[in-house]
Amino acid sequence: MVAKRIIPCLDVKDGKTVKGINFQNLKEVGDAVDLGAFYASEGADELVYLDISATREGRKTFTGLVRSIAERIDIPFTVGGGISSLEDAARMLEAGADKVTVNSAAVRNPDLIGEIAHHFGSQFIVVAIDAKLIDGKRTVFTSGGTIPSEKELFSWAWEAQERGAGEILFTSMDHDGTKSGYPCEVFSRLCGSLSIPVIASGGAGSMDDIAEVLTKGQADAALAASLFHYGEIAIKDLKEYLRNRGVPVRL
Amino acid sequence: MIAIVKYDAGNVLSVINALRRLGVTEWELTSEPSRLLNADKVLLPGVGDASVALGCLRSLGLDSVILSLQRPVLGICVGMQILCRHSEEGDTDCLGVFDTDVRRFVPGEQGLKVPHMGWNQVEGLNSELFDGINEGAYMYYVHSFYAGICQDTIAKTVHGVPFSAALCRGNFFGTQFHPEKSGSNGARVLKNFLEL
Repeated sequence: MVAKRIIPCLDVKDGKTVKGINFQNLKEVGDAVDLGAFYASEGADELVYLDISATREGRKTFTGLVRSIAERIDIPFTVGGGISSLEDAARMLEAGADKVTVNSAAVRNPDLIGEIAHHFGSQFIVVAIDAKLIDGKRTVFTSGGTIPSEKELFSWAWEAQERGAGEILFTSMDHDGTKSGYPCEVFSRLCGSLSIPVIASGGAGSMDDIAEVLTKGQADAALAASLFHYGEIAIKDLKEYLRNRGVPVRL
Repeated sequence: MIAIVKYDAGNVLSVINALRRLGVTEWELTSEPSRLLNADKVLLPGVGDASVALGCLRSLGLDSVILSLQRPVLGICVGMQILCRHSEEGDTDCLGVFDTDVRRFVPGEQGLKVPHMGWNQVEGLNSELFDGINEGAYMYYVHSFYAGICQDTIAKTVHGVPFSAALCRGNFFGTQFHPEKSGSNGARVLKNFLEL
């Protein structure tokens, strides 16, 4: 049986890792390659690196960083942040990334999903969705959770799958950064309606929260940043805990 | 000299990086038949569509070269699939080294997620390729098509159905998983292959 995955997420700005609380007030925490290698040795199943550099120079630095990560890390890693064209995706592939996540650009130009899937395979494209509950509707946001779109979570996730996405990475903006747990009923509905894997992001405050989203929420993977960065939860301990709860994990 | 077959079928960088991590300095990426024929080991990576990969190989005239190789050959992922008899992907007649066909996972059957993506266990290990690897060890997979179990199966994995995690016939080896992305277990498989 395929193992449930634990994925630390590293936000990178100008080559250094940072973590935002509710997408704001960034705080630097360390060297991106070293931190990734550390997580890999601790038993992380994959890594996600998100480039949050706003400048051209920052983006260039990130491409170099992707190259260094690929040389050193022997588990899969995904990169994202500002991927808005087939050329951006190709540049990441050439640097050695295993997958790219596309968020805002896919909302604005859904054809991009199919283009990337067609050229590099569905396994290469993860569609990231940030959504927030507004008047009973789970509204999809773009641009780091700042701009609401016309799209709704469930229909957009389905459309992304049909267009060729290999995975969905869903962040509930209502829960991100709160450490109050994932919205398991939303994940359960999302996972039940899709045939591609779903990665849960945003909201975990404890090992129990992660166990819940992987069981009750039916998510295939859990992604977290600050929980791991600040040593609140060690990946090894988390995996032991999950195994004891009957969740299949790689140990 | 370790030769990696250059045929424009996906990303070979991860394989090159894995060789470097193992300290291999004598490697080359080549589509020269003579270089492939003289190499000590040949790696045949492959990502993407099997019919496209095979088309690239054939257009370079490398299909017959691969088949005539006498030294150990390792096909990885789609590189392994194109060494099978036939693939449902693009209804492709493959090279027919391994005595099995490649089929598509059916999404939704028993909640089956496709692609089969992530870490899964290898069992029934039956080859020196797996020296030092424990039964039930986890390897990293990303694929939507699988090779059925056959007499050449040297490891199996279950994703809805049991399938060939690795195959061997004579000097030809294949892994459906990505040893270059499977942490220390994968590195050991690659090292075992290089030491054959």
